[in-house]
Amino acid sequence: MIPLSWYLLLSAVLFSLGIVGFLIKRNLITVFMSIELMLNGVNLSFVTFAHEWHLVKGQIFVFFVMVVAAAEAAVGLAIIIAVFRARSTLAVDRIDLMKL
Amino acid sequence: MHLILFIVFAGFCLAGAINLLLQTHPINSALSLVVVMSSLAVLYLLLGAEFLAAAQIIVYAGAIMVLFTFVVMLLNAGREERTLGSRAAKAIGFPATVVILGVIATVILKAQNLGGATLSDPITSTEDLSRVLFHELLLPFEVTSVLILIAILGAVALARPGDGERRVSK
Repeated sequence: MIPLSWYLLLSAVLFSLGIVGFLIKRNLITVFMSIELMLNGVNLSFVTFAHEWHLVKGQIFVFFVMVVAAAEAAVGLAIIIAVFRARSTLAVDRIDLMKL
Repeated sequence: MHLILFIVFAGFCLAGAINLLLQTHPINSALSLVVVMSSLAVLYLLLGAEFLAAAQIIVYAGAIMVLFTFVVMLLNAGREERTLGSRAAKAIGFPATVVILGVIATVILKAQNLGGATLSDPITSTEDLSRVLFHELLLPFEVTSVLILIAILGAVALARPGDGERRVSK
């Protein structure tokens, strides 16, 4: 038997690695991937708690998170393409103005 | 058996996440993210969430990561340049991350009455899941379909070569 706290610790570590990636990565696309990593870490803890309390709704919440993540990826990557068209760079250090 | 599976796939998961941070080329980061998501699907299966394991593979490791690699290749993204990064990230960001991880870890380790997971636990079948999803949560489900529609329209409107590009090229 595996204690569920191991799963929760893994999800916390994944979330923290996502934050660290968000802070240290210098490529716009990789920063976006770090956000996906954070979402996955949170999803794991949702599934763990759904298992702990034998509730189906925790898993359905993960389903909704996946739907929103898919929509977010589509819109976010479209924004990245628009930024790249305007600036011809993906380095976040050079994208520091709100206007195009 | 459960212990071996958990250790192997949690190890894959962590290795993939750390590799994502260490790689400098975005395509390598994307591939390590695929490793993370696929091994998370196995962990979901160990926790008895069979529908979510399948959805994780199809939606995350499939659709979303294809979108990512497509954009990486479309924009011809090369190696990222190493810069010093922002000073605020170093001064506040990393200590805050350590504090967040520490707080969450102590809360988890202090929780006494958390159960455990075994391989013989009952599996949440897709039937149970859909019964709740299409009876109690029908309205949120329909609202998400509108959200997806708006996201598609927004993606098309944003990625289309529009006014912004023309203004820059002048």
